[in-house]
Amino acid sequence: MVERESEDRDQPLLTAEGLGKSYGRLTACRDIAFALYPGEVLAIVGESGSGKSTLLQMLSAQLAPSAGRVSYRMRDGVMRDLAALGEAERRFLFRTDWGYVHQDPALGLRMAVSAGANVGERLMAVGWNHYGRIRDTATSWLERVEIDTDRIDDAPRTYSGGMRQRLQIARNLVTQPRLVFMDEPTGGLDVSVQARLLDLMRNLVGELDLAAIVVTHDLAVARLLSHRLMVMKGGRVIEAGLTDQVLDDPREPYTQLLVSSILPV
Amino acid sequence: MYVAVKGGERAIENAHRLLAHERRGDREVPEVSLDQISGQLGLAVDRVMTEGSLYDRELAALAIKQARGDMIEAIFLLRAFRATLPRFGTTEPVDTGRMQVRRRISSTFKDIPGGQILGPTFDYTHRLLDPQLAEASIPEMPATGEVSPAAMPRVTDILGRDGLIEPSPHGDANTPVGDLTREPLGFPAGRDLRLQNLARADEGFLLALGYSSQRGYGRNHPFAGEIRLGEVEVEFLAEDVGFAVPLGSITLTECQMVNQFKGSATEAPCFTRGYGLAFGQSERKAMSMALVDRTLRARELGEEVLAPAQDEEFVMSHSDNVQATGFVEHLKLPHYVDFQSELGLLRKLRKEFAEDDALPDMQAAAE
Amino acid sequence: MNAPAYNFAYLDEQTKRMIRRAILKAIAIPGYQVPFASREMPMPYGWGTGGVQVTAAILGPADVLKVIDQGSDDTTNAISIRKFFAKTAGVATTTSTADATVIQTRHRIPEAPLHSGQVLVYQVPIPEPLRFLEPRETETRRMHALGEYGLMHVKLYEDIARFGHIATSYAYPVKVNARYVMDPSPTPKFDNPKMDHCPALQLFGAGREKRIYAIPPHTSVVSLDFEDHPFTRYRFDAPCALCGAGDSYLDEIVTDDKGSRMFVCSDTDYCETRQKRGHLGSESAAPHKEKLHG
Repeated sequence: MVERESEDRDQPLLTAEGLGKSYGRLTACRDIAFALYPGEVLAIVGESGSGKSTLLQMLSAQLAPSAGRVSYRMRDGVMRDLAALGEAERRFLFRTDWGYVHQDPALGLRMAVSAGANVGERLMAVGWNHYGRIRDTATSWLERVEIDTDRIDDAPRTYSGGMRQRLQIARNLVTQPRLVFMDEPTGGLDVSVQARLLDLMRNLVGELDLAAIVVTHDLAVARLLSHRLMVMKGGRVIEAGLTDQVLDDPREPYTQLLVSSILPV
Repeated sequence: MYVAVKGGERAIENAHRLLAHERRGDREVPEVSLDQISGQLGLAVDRVMTEGSLYDRELAALAIKQARGDMIEAIFLLRAFRATLPRFGTTEPVDTGRMQVRRRISSTFKDIPGGQILGPTFDYTHRLLDPQLAEASIPEMPATGEVSPAAMPRVTDILGRDGLIEPSPHGDANTPVGDLTREPLGFPAGRDLRLQNLARADEGFLLALGYSSQRGYGRNHPFAGEIRLGEVEVEFLAEDVGFAVPLGSITLTECQMVNQFKGSATEAPCFTRGYGLAFGQSERKAMSMALVDRTLRARELGEEVLAPAQDEEFVMSHSDNVQATGFVEHLKLPHYVDFQSELGLLRKLRKEFAEDDALPDMQAAAE
Repeated sequence: MNAPAYNFAYLDEQTKRMIRRAILKAIAIPGYQVPFASREMPMPYGWGTGGVQVTAAILGPADVLKVIDQGSDDTTNAISIRKFFAKTAGVATTTSTADATVIQTRHRIPEAPLHSGQVLVYQVPIPEPLRFLEPRETETRRMHALGEYGLMHVKLYEDIARFGHIATSYAYPVKVNARYVMDPSPTPKFDNPKMDHCPALQLFGAGREKRIYAIPPHTSVVSLDFEDHPFTRYRFDAPCALCGAGDSYLDEIVTDDKGSRMFVCSDTDYCETRQKRGHLGSESAAPHKEKLHG
């Protein structure tokens, strides 16, 4: 378990209040409110068009909300409104305290640059200046995400989809972020590859005491990774609660429909 | 025994002399005059004025002669001269609606008020080399007729009256017009700087980009709303007399393209525009400019930027042929010092590669 | 016809003022690229127009100008630019580094140490050190503004992973005043240490790209590297064949078609000065014989 500096685990890490986004007459999402605590994994579940991707974009400060706000507790303990952050602060946050795992790993990696450089980039961006140490750190992370360390000098262009995704995860975790956003992290991968990846992610999240927000349409992913779950439909949260509780005993008809349509494996 | 090479100065002087000699050509053959260039190679002069960004037929003809017919070299000469001229101010915007039209066509309507006027064009000629032109030619006098007093409204204004085309953007009277030659270009660029950049851009470059957009790289379904050629008055606001004083007239070619319509949830759909303007009779340039003006508005009009013709930074950073030729041709300058560094590095790497390669052999030999 | 009449050093005073303002701003922010409205000059873009505009803006009638290209006063472009200023400014010109007040250079820093009161004007083709990693100007400006140079280090890391060394031999990026990463122009990395805490003012002009930047005297200029792969100067295997110098940058001269080679100081003034003082190399003879060319 990662020992985090004395941190008040009773204080939320990220909060959303009255959050909403509209484009002209089209409302993508509205009235989103929740609090995320350190070390907690929240899944946002819904079908396409439910507004979950828009919500993730707002939560990670990549899209400005039309209503409400998102606040994040910085490393100094101060709760900051993301909309009030300067661009420099936002970009710094993204490189250090946050991770963002894209559905398509090509979006979260430099495809033409070696795996070692991909993992080492964030370290170099925060001032690491020793090639050997950067390389060693990158090597140990490759091991951790179960990539053959002989591949450290290969570009992810030569990697399989599953390997690319694991590399993306390593790249994000190297600076020990406190919060990771994940957008359909196993989408587009074979079922067996997915299973292995989810296992890895669950272990890492536990070992590193990460908080995470995972957007997915796949309830199995939510079941495996998350402590809590929010179900979205038509831009709103229709049901929320502990993952096991919601999935074992869904209240809303829509949730029941989702749960019942999981194909038994 | 090696002696350091000297005499570069003498070499340059001799090179210049040789150049002047070659430029003159066979001294038995009459020297070409500026009048001949300006009068009989008029379209070359038009291009040099447009891309040289200076309206002066005589100087453009001189540049062409001095450049031995190399158009970009001539454009460079004119630009360098332009840079030395003092700036008095800005003219009033020219009113192409009041142009003394010599050619005017529209492909969007069969008939338009004022008529389709073909003017002097290559368009319908058959491209057969004419040996008669090899000797002195005495062409027939052109047909003449009465100048029609009928008004010649712009086609785009006709469409505009019904709201079918977006209005021509009006500049804010309080904001001064940007000047590409006085401020460094930044992105995103305003319409004023974009049009200035395109007006002085290389014709071939814009032609290729416009062509690429027609072939699908950023397609926007263009129609030639109107192309007109003729003379317009240039006026300058003289502060002390308080009204605009005419300075003279210049020949312009104007092209208005009518493009893909667009609308939004809050606005009814209408056609969009592209605009091109050039000195003299420069249709290809004006048309290409209008096509690229429209493709560069992709972001403004909410279109996905996928093609080179839509990429503002790409197009506007590489459109100036004087800059482009300078940098391409600078490769002729000595680079032996930086090359030496590369040689040194390469040799070092090769040496190390060979040493690594030799290792297994040595190990094998040792075993 | 409109016959042109030229101002001292060609540029009109308004333009000079504009350029000087850009220079002052550049000096105030060492290593930062200041955009300026470059003028068309009578030589092509890419052939030193930026350097020429900077020199023209700072030149005064009492200045003594030296112009070098590849370290030599006698290369064609150096001659052309020197003649340009001789004609348009009437200033005294020299080939001696020590005697010059303004030195315009392409691709080399003179071997003789500069002193306070001198100005070194560099000709710069591509001012942006990140250009080949990120072609977009909008993005590179942001990276400089935020001090985000991770991408540069990624490139250096890749070089070491691939070649075992940082594979940049000229235009080697430096950090100026511990803030901005700067391209020193295509000088060989051999010359980089000369920029650090130099007593002279260093000005950089890029005409086609329309940027001016500067290093004020006595400013720290550090070549980028890794702790365990520190910046090393390139060493030549042999001294100069004409003057015996072991510490200067050498040109490789191919002397016959069998591949024979000879190494000679690139800085012609430095080499000649040493020879006059009696330093000789393995291939020298006493006076020069002018070789006829052209």
